Amino acid sequence: MISAVFGRIRRGDPLPGFGLSFGVTVLWVGLLVILPLTALALRPWHDGGGAMLAALTDGRTLASLRTTFFCAAAAALLNIPLGVVIAWSLARTRFPGCRIADALIDLPFAIPTAVTGITLATLYGPHGWLGQIFTLAGLRIAYTKAGIVLALMFVGLPFIIRSVEPVLRNLPGDAEEAATLLGASPSQIVTKIVLPPLLPAVVTGFGLAFARGIGEYGSVIFIAGNRPWVSEIAPLLVVVRLQEFDYAGATSVALILLLTSFLCLGAVAVLRRRLARMTGEENAA
Amino acid sequence: MSRSSSRLSVWVLSGLTWGIILVMLILPLVLIFTEALRDGISASLASFSDPDALQAIRLTVVMTILSVIINTFCGVMAAWALSRYRFTGRSALITLIELPISISPVVAGLVWLLLFGAQGWWGDIMLRLGFPVAFAAPGILLATLFVTFPYVTRTLLPLMEQQGRISEEAAMLLGAGFWQILFRVTLPEARWALLSGILLTTARAMGEFGAVSVVSGHIPGMTETMPLHIETLYNGYQTVAAFSMATLLALMAMVTVAARSVLEKQSGQKESSSVTSGAKAV
Repeated sequence: MISAVFGRIRRGDPLPGFGLSFGVTVLWVGLLVILPLTALALRPWHDGGGAMLAALTDGRTLASLRTTFFCAAAAALLNIPLGVVIAWSLARTRFPGCRIADALIDLPFAIPTAVTGITLATLYGPHGWLGQIFTLAGLRIAYTKAGIVLALMFVGLPFIIRSVEPVLRNLPGDAEEAATLLGASPSQIVTKIVLPPLLPAVVTGFGLAFARGIGEYGSVIFIAGNRPWVSEIAPLLVVVRLQEFDYAGATSVALILLLTSFLCLGAVAVLRRRLARMTGEENAA
Repeated sequence: MSRSSSRLSVWVLSGLTWGIILVMLILPLVLIFTEALRDGISASLASFSDPDALQAIRLTVVMTILSVIINTFCGVMAAWALSRYRFTGRSALITLIELPISISPVVAGLVWLLLFGAQGWWGDIMLRLGFPVAFAAPGILLATLFVTFPYVTRTLLPLMEQQGRISEEAAMLLGAGFWQILFRVTLPEARWALLSGILLTTARAMGEFGAVSVVSGHIPGMTETMPLHIETLYNGYQTVAAFSMATLLALMAMVTVAARSVLEKQSGQKESSSVTSGAKAV
């Protein structure tokens, strides 16, 4: 049935393999993506809308959602200045060790989240290398919201850098040179010439990092302390509800996480298309 | 004067950059190794002779190999269909393929419990058939397949789009069949992208924690993969063993990152791939 709808278009194409490759693709997507996501979308209504509403208005649920959104937003925001500085150095200067730095940036993408989790918990824990310093300053990082933010910063940093860096590379340097010749101060150059065209890329990086931060689990739970109502993230609450066999509660929170990250990435996609159109028009002119 | 001030700003900038990288990226990396070697290398190595650790490594290797095989085969097929033909629903299919990247690992595990768990649609049937999926290896495989779903197609598709289908049409006119075209013409041209996609799939499959944690039931010596075993060891205060296993995983991850950057240099498309790598890992 599906192939009748999709397949008709290419019946006249002589290049072999359409039926086979298309069939495998539809089967693959159908079994591994559409089927499980359908189950997820249907499950919260299984016990009636009342159960879902009860699950969503539950105080602990709301507290965990608040923690997740707040920490993800804070981490992505704090990453912006760090990410822009690194992206700037990588794109514009050939500083000592820049090749190694470039390779290191992608590390958080590659290191498994559980490894990140136990490492950060040890590093920022009360006896850890950095934890001790913070303790001297009277600050506690591990097992508080600050720990969650730190873990999400580690995971999210590459998104900001890799969004901003290509834009900086493609930005012509002559505007900055002209501004220098006309007597602009470095701070004027940064705020008036460099930052405005970077804004869409920064917002893109923020959106990607935020979306990733909402769903992040492994790198957070070790450092978070996981105290209900205080430092419990929403993905962890999904696991807790599952362990209590409260499927309606688990799927309700899961659906919220899912919809938020889709919305976020959808907005990023729209922004990107607009950005591409803008740069395309500039090139044409 | 402006030259010396710009040189100064370069120094300040690179100092800042290395400062951030040192604290945020290098310190954690160094800590993994020093914690693993805290009681000497022999204590670290000895932790791998534990039967639960060995079983975790074995399970991770098997699950990774199976996921890579299935998702590479299907991913290549999808890239072929999507790049060589234009049909209605094509962009919908691309969106569906990219969807799993943006889904929380916990949700990626949960969906399989909804299908095969005790309260799931088919949980009872599978149990009665003597083929449990949830809290068993098949569930772990499904969760791993889900989280590594898009990588091969994502890395192949842009390249295959760009290459067009002229070589394939020439091969077809010379009498080659589908498999011949695929293995003799298309894949050799796209081999670096394919390898890069396979490496991404491998790295993600080995290290997946949240999704597997939800479906596997966390049974030591049975359904624990390496990341899950790390959690068990860490929560049991077996720090050296936990970080030794973490070192092994981190080393494997670093090898894949290094291999990918070599590949990028080989194919000379460093620019384009670093642009997409940000989105790739979402």
